[in-house]
Order: sequence, then C-alpha cells, then structure tokens
Amino acid sequence: MTRITVKVDGSSFTDEVEPRTLLVHYLREQLGKTGTVVGCDTSNCGSCTVHLDGRSVKSCSLFAVQADGHEVTTIEGLAANGQLHPMQQAFHENHALQCGYCTPGMIMQSLDLIADNPDPSEDDVRLGLEGNLCRCTGYQNIVKAVRAAAAAGGAQ
Amino acid sequence: MIPAAFEYFTPSTVDEAVALLRDQPDAKVLAGGQSLMPVLRLRLAAPETIVDIGRIGELQGVRDDGDALVIGAMTPHSTVQADPLVGEHARLVSLATATIADPQVRHRGTFGGSLAHADPAGDLPAVAVALDASFVIAGPDGRRTVAAADFFEGVFSTALAEDELLVEVRVPKYTGWGAHYEKFNRVAQQWSIVAVAAAVRLDGDSIAEARVGLTNMGSTPIRASAVEAALVGRPATPEAVREAAALAADGTSPVSDLNGDADYRRHLASVLTRRAVLSAAGTG
Repeated sequence: MTRITVKVDGSSFTDEVEPRTLLVHYLREQLGKTGTVVGCDTSNCGSCTVHLDGRSVKSCSLFAVQADGHEVTTIEGLAANGQLHPMQQAFHENHALQCGYCTPGMIMQSLDLIADNPDPSEDDVRLGLEGNLCRCTGYQNIVKAVRAAAAAGGAQ
Repeated sequence: MIPAAFEYFTPSTVDEAVALLRDQPDAKVLAGGQSLMPVLRLRLAAPETIVDIGRIGELQGVRDDGDALVIGAMTPHSTVQADPLVGEHARLVSLATATIADPQVRHRGTFGGSLAHADPAGDLPAVAVALDASFVIAGPDGRRTVAAADFFEGVFSTALAEDELLVEVRVPKYTGWGAHYEKFNRVAQQWSIVAVAAAVRLDGDSIAEARVGLTNMGSTPIRASAVEAALVGRPATPEAVREAAALAADGTSPVSDLNGDADYRRHLASVLTRRAVLSAAGTG
C-alpha cells in the first residue's frame, strides 16, 4: 500500500491505496464520489473525465498514486451553494442528455474546451469532444449546450 | 478491469530510473500511460515492477539548442502541440501531435512515451524518421544517441535495451519549411490506417528539399526516399506532386487487417502523400 494525499473537489484526502488502484476507482469506491462513472474500460468513452490540476484527463487511465500531491476536480465539485454550474445549467436547459451516463464526462471535457477556446464554433466543440462518446447519440443538443454555456461566459 | 498487482517506484532522477530498470525484475516504464494503462487493465501485460518516470523534472519541456530543438521525453502532447518553438521550427511535429487520440489523452500522453512505444500506427514515429530526429538514451553505462532511422526496429520494438530510458529527442530545425500530416481513419480517435508526414522547403515555385515519412505502411515507420528524390527540383504543382507520390508505396510491405488490405494501404499511401505534399507546399 502507498500513502497518497490528493485534493479532491476542494478537500484534502490522505489515504492508503494499492498502486494498481485506478484514479476512478479511488474516487468512486474510497471517496464515494460516484458522480464520475466508468463507461467503457478501454479509455475510449470519456465518461470518467475529471480535471487533474485543471486539465481534463480520463480517470480510468491514471493510477491514484499518480495523483499524489495533485488536485482533482470531479463533476461533484462544480455546483456551488446549491446552484448548478453554468455548464450544468446549459446541459439542463438544452436537453443535452438522454440516459445521462456520458454527461459527467461531457461536462468536464466541455469546461476544458471552453477554458482554451471561450467562443468555440460547432466544429470546435465536436473536435474538442472527440474523446467523449454518447451512445444515445444525443450530440446535437450537447454541442448546443456547450455553445450556450460559452456564450453565457460559462468558463468560470 | 483492474491491473494485476505490481511493485511501484517513483524515481526523481534519470540515474535512479535506470538503476531501477537494471535491478528490478520485469520492470516496465510508465510515462503518460495512455498506451500502457489499457494494456495493464486488460492484463495483456502484467509486469512485476512499474517505474513511473512522471516525477523526473529533467524529462519535461522543450528547449532551443542552436540548430535543433530538444524535446524532453515526458513532455505531454498538449504541451508540444502548443509550444511556440515547435510551431516555428518543427511545425510537422505540432500538426501530427494535434491528431493524436483526443484532448484528454493528449494531456497525459507524452512525446517520448509515444515514440518508445513504437506502435506502427502511432503518429510520431514517421514524423521523427522524416525529420531525421535523434534519440538520447540513458543506460547504466551513460548516454548514447541513436538516429531515428535506427531507433525503430519492429512492431513495439526499438533500440532501447531493457535497462535503458529515452531521455529526450533532438529535432533539427526546419524553420520556414511547409508541413502537413495527412491522416486517414474512419471514426473518431481511431489509429491511422495510413498516414503521411510531409515537410517541404520551397525555392520560388519549386521544391528545393522534401521529407516524407509513412505511418502504418510496415512494422516500422518508413521514409519515402523515392518520393523525396522525385520531388526535388520539381514545381509544386498537382501534376508533378502526383507523379512523385505514385512512388510512395515502393518497397513497403503493409499489413492486411480489418481496416484495409495491403493493396488498399499502398493506394492510400500515394493518395495521402500527394495531399500531404501539396498541403505542405501551400498549394493543396
């Protein structure tokens, strides 16, 4: 076992983990942050996307020990004071989810995208979300939501 | 799926990492992990020891070294892609890097990891071969430098010995050259079925120098030397480039698989070479 200290959604955690523990399993099973989901187990689907030191990563493709000393933000860390984050609000308003399974990863990647490009075109959004799959194929409204959030200054 | 258990080490220097690779049984280097982690999860590999080189500061970053750029092995793709030095002096590297996988993977995946992995369908090996990059390798007896042409030995196989570590890659400067990476695949995130890396230097309207590398046209990246020779001194017109590009598959033995048989890949090689060279020359 290895001792790690990770800041997750603003709180610091110190835990013993096996080196082979994936970051996503640490988040879900040790910290109870089940908002981050495992979709594919092959690194393709992007459902498990979180931010590591502010940049999007697939938390199934990272060991928890690699996050030692770093800061992780999950979908559960976005809403503040009972208010949805503007990106979450935009997904809600634009019906950007059907079954909702891909949504946590879509939202985390969308935030990364508009941090780099605050005014993305439709093509920019589609390319920026290349690593996130929606098997309901609800992409149209997802793209709409991301552009709406960007237009409303949703990078904050 | 959960990887099999392993001993985990986080060296903080290259020397420490090399000593671990020499002394620990069945050790595997973990760089960005974007190729290794899926393989570990599926238990297609189950090394006894993982040496995580992610905390070795000297492996990070891009620096200017006179007539070459030096790219640290652990520099993430997203950093390489956005680096102004790379954009100015090795634009082909920026362009090919931008096509790798997806943004999340590019935040973690590394320049050196991708090269050392030596996947025939990986995008950077053909670029390194086309640009005559050289690989600085640390081992128990010190450092040595290997030319890109000698680094790739086969499918997932390189000149790196088991107790050696890729430290950095020197890319000669191609300031002012046009560049393009033409990648053919059919769905998002997919590996290149075939891709072509091209860089050209124009003198007026004609091609003074050309570099062309092929991805996934054999077990290693291939330099399309016949195309390069046929381009030099010719005008950068669609007709002249088409003629030269027809030689792209000469001497190659691409695989046949579910994505395409060998004949299809040979056809793709010449079509993509034409597109890549014309785009690189700014007339595509």
